[in-house]
Amino acid sequence: MSKAPKPRVKSPKTAAKGDVVTIKTTISHQMESGLRKGKDGKLIPRQIINKFEALFNGKQIMSATLYPSISANPYIDFDMKVEEAGEFEFKWFDDNGEVYTKKAKMQLEG
Amino acid sequence: MMMTKTKKPIALAVGMLLGLSVATAQATDDMSLHISPQSQPAPEGLEDYAHGDARSGYIYATEETRTLQDDDFENPAFLWVEKAQEQWSTPEGDANKSCQSCHGDVESMKGVGAVYPKFDPEIGDLLNLEKRINRCRSEGMQATPWKWESDELLGMTSLVKMQSRGMPVNVSIDGPAKEYFEKGMKFYNTRVGQMDLACKHCHIDQNGNYMRAELLSQGQANGFPTYRLKWQKLGSLHRRFRGCNNNIRAEKLANGSPEYMALELYVTWRGNGLPIEAPSVRK
Amino acid sequence: MTQTTEKSQVSRRDILKIAGVGAVTVGAVALTGKAQAKPEDVTAYFKKVGGDAANASKVTVDGPEIAENGNTVPIEITVDSPQTENDYVKTIFVAAEGNPTPEVVTFNLTPNSGVARVKFRMRLAATQKVRAVAMMNDGSTFTGDKEIKVTIGGCGG
Repeated sequence: MSKAPKPRVKSPKTAAKGDVVTIKTTISHQMESGLRKGKDGKLIPRQIINKFEALFNGKQIMSATLYPSISANPYIDFDMKVEEAGEFEFKWFDDNGEVYTKKAKMQLEG
Repeated sequence: MMMTKTKKPIALAVGMLLGLSVATAQATDDMSLHISPQSQPAPEGLEDYAHGDARSGYIYATEETRTLQDDDFENPAFLWVEKAQEQWSTPEGDANKSCQSCHGDVESMKGVGAVYPKFDPEIGDLLNLEKRINRCRSEGMQATPWKWESDELLGMTSLVKMQSRGMPVNVSIDGPAKEYFEKGMKFYNTRVGQMDLACKHCHIDQNGNYMRAELLSQGQANGFPTYRLKWQKLGSLHRRFRGCNNNIRAEKLANGSPEYMALELYVTWRGNGLPIEAPSVRK
Repeated sequence: MTQTTEKSQVSRRDILKIAGVGAVTVGAVALTGKAQAKPEDVTAYFKKVGGDAANASKVTVDGPEIAENGNTVPIEITVDSPQTENDYVKTIFVAAEGNPTPEVVTFNLTPNSGVARVKFRMRLAATQKVRAVAMMNDGSTFTGDKEIKVTIGGCGG
């Protein structure tokens, strides 16, 4: 999808302290590698998501630097050890300077 | 044969199939004539993806590809479906109506995707889901129809069709649909292009065999629109038809052309009884 | 198996033609146009990031034996680590031996990660080895890899 990239996130709504939970993330993005030629025979300029960050209550859980070898509609899943209730924040950084964000809340069980 | 991981050299297939003739069936009672003369039992655990001689493309996919389809989050097609969900209740056009205004919640579409393409007596022509949705836009909403391969139309077609997920494909070829069916069947069996091949040569006669690196499926439509790993996006059945035609160096016809509409009816009917899988993931 | 018709006999010629379908359909691959990296390029890259002396243990690179399409290949990397404040994987470098450039993705993990595991999807321009180096918080490095075959030249569309 060439238009406004759309992030999607699957994170638990509730979890128990001490649990390790899996977080799945993806965003619609062509990840144009910069190595492909268009119909006019010229290289299509590179435009990828070059960085991804996951934070919980403002603290970084993980981050990733992405290169053109990552597939279109980049998918990343990873884990977090649950310590407290709070809010996830996910950020995708585009080559064009745009930053796409998505937030999700998580409560403690019991 | 279809599930073996070992690649079968095409030369073997030559020996096996030389002299074997296959019917261009006129009768519709013997489905094996329309599907495969060598249909194998469905692999264990995948019986739901088979019906009679029909085998969904899911059966021909690798485990990794199936895993991508099985989870609605991991399936990349849902990036499009999620946008369509928002679109469903967004008013548009001069009538200021949304899909929701007439149809209520999208769950009301259950069963609809299973019976298209379908003859529409009002306009006196065959409609597939894409054309049906665009007709709603132009007539009901008085909005601009979406382009065939647009993200919007692919997403909405998937959203509507997935309300019937797991239901058997059940298109009708009776009454006024019959002439479209016969036209589609004729197209399917007619040699075209520089390679002088028909659809049937790959998808009936050679189904289950390897064409170079490619395991040839039955070319079933129950999973469309599909997220193809090769396309890296969601795509329509007609886009796939164009790709096939291009590969055999034949003329690519227009999306929504009368030929492809008739072909869609025939191809979909071949899979009557297979579960709706849209939006599927395929190589 | 033995229906008969006057039409559409499957000839030897047809089967040879089918074998040639798709033979001219290259170019739809996302990574094209440049010479491919070599295994030495990956070694040089790992050296640059400080992982050239990595111990070949603890790192598992999981992916399909044969990728159905090189544009989207699911990969999961797991490092044997308690992932505690005192002992955790800090960085995972992933590189490919047969893509135009060696770098694929670099993950920065934290003790908050709980476990050292990441999953993603990558492009593979050809059959090649995907290699990963994990750097621990104390600077020690471990490595693992997986060879993934990519089938090229099916029927595209």
